[in-house]
Amino acid sequence: MPEKKETTTHKTLIEVEHISKSFGSNHVLNDISLTIGEGETLTVLGKSGVGKSVLLKLIVGLMPLDSGIVRYEGRSIAEATEKELNEIRKNIGFLFQGGALFDSMSVGENLNIILHKHTDLPLEERETRIIRALELVGLKDKLDEMPSALSGGQKKRAGLARSIVLKPKLILYDEPTTGLDPITAGSIAELILSLQTELQVASIVVTHDLPTAFTVSDRTIVLESGKKIYDGPVEGLAEAGHDHLGEFLKAAKLDRSRREEIIKNAHKM
Amino acid sequence: MNVLSRSTVLNFLEKIGGLSRFSMRFFRTAFRRPFETKELVKQTYEVGVRSFGLVAIVAIVIGAVLTMQSRPTMMKFGAEAFIPAMVAVSVLRELSPVLISIIVAGRVAAGIGAELGSMRVTEQIDAMEVAALSPFNYLVVTRVLACMIALPLLTVYADFLALVGAFIVQNIEAGMSGRLFYNSVMSSVNFADFAPGVVKTIFFGFIVGIVGCFEGYNSEGGTEGVGRSATDAVVVSSLLIIIADVLAVKLTVFFFDIA
Repeated sequence: MPEKKETTTHKTLIEVEHISKSFGSNHVLNDISLTIGEGETLTVLGKSGVGKSVLLKLIVGLMPLDSGIVRYEGRSIAEATEKELNEIRKNIGFLFQGGALFDSMSVGENLNIILHKHTDLPLEERETRIIRALELVGLKDKLDEMPSALSGGQKKRAGLARSIVLKPKLILYDEPTTGLDPITAGSIAELILSLQTELQVASIVVTHDLPTAFTVSDRTIVLESGKKIYDGPVEGLAEAGHDHLGEFLKAAKLDRSRREEIIKNAHKM
Repeated sequence: MNVLSRSTVLNFLEKIGGLSRFSMRFFRTAFRRPFETKELVKQTYEVGVRSFGLVAIVAIVIGAVLTMQSRPTMMKFGAEAFIPAMVAVSVLRELSPVLISIIVAGRVAAGIGAELGSMRVTEQIDAMEVAALSPFNYLVVTRVLACMIALPLLTVYADFLALVGAFIVQNIEAGMSGRLFYNSVMSSVNFADFAPGVVKTIFFGFIVGIVGCFEGYNSEGGTEGVGRSATDAVVVSSLLIIIADVLAVKLTVFFFDIA
């Protein structure tokens, strides 16, 4: 199994060591290990049902591990008390597949509830932070809209604004572009990269959308049948010896030129 | 057939076990910060005020129909004058608390089951968990407490309206005056007829809230699962209310000696 593991110079934020997860007789993840450093973007590629979303939920402690350990800045997630886990989670943003906006609240309230619970900021400052977060995702004018009035792409953007409003160190993206048209998917991928560049947050992006992976990745892992079969730079995928993936990549003629352009524009902002 | 009944029994026991653990979690969490006062007020309004119309119609009809049904029999025994007392005792002790609780279970438990179920399948509860927003406090504790606060108040409201319904029938059919009806009711009922009926609805409120929340919070299987959660919430809570009522009547007889 060819595995080109890229040495990372980032300070380690998340360590995943030999984790496994099964649902009944279905062994979804089997002995997976990975690390992610501060400011680094890792994409997790794999077919539907391979356990990519489960991996994210295990990292953030939404599901119990069968075996192995997940550490955030050296602290074990599984052994943390509820209070400690909540403290850890304040540093982690999570963008769910459908945005998962609280649909009884407006977009602004979705962001405000988090700031209200976890900060002592006065209302004016909270409003400023909320507007800034919505500006970053291009939804400033949707502050008072209810989630039901937003399109799929807007829901994901609003969910992303909610994920960054507490200025987390790490953002987990669960299929950020699934179900979106290619243009909107492209704009979400650009947004992820711009946020990474502007806010210096680490990101784990779970996707089966290769153009997104090519745009945002610093490093990529590929999951297949519950195992990690590749860990390295996204450009190395075509030569990694996975026939199906290699052919797909060559056919798609993906390159990284778009990424450089987005990073350059983000720095100009 | 044997296998089917065995799995049904196992599912039933699993549900009872799950519901017991969920209830224990409620008692462990309810008295711990953060207290979601604003959400509690909102939910009490949702459960209580929004049930006013439905409860009013049901209560008036209960009082009126009970009076109409019992009139011929009471007249046969020459006991027409006891109709207000008989209706009042029946309504205060049993009909109003139980029927109103079941009606509210139909409206509220289904609503809570569907709402939390939909939040579960759209990952909103997971999103609250990840954002460290304590979804159990925010969603479950507030809704259960709201039911426990609103149901006794709705019962007192229903007691009054059921007697209004009874009076309307008595007034139309027997020309009974308001003062006579009032005196007849007040001379025949006492604290032991009224208080236990109201107090037991606090427990019925707990049943409505906790079952609705349990079904919704643990919903799985997409939109079909949400529908199942709503249906199960109504069926299980109604059934538990009836079972709990048997226990409540036994305790009432024991403590208040009202036999």
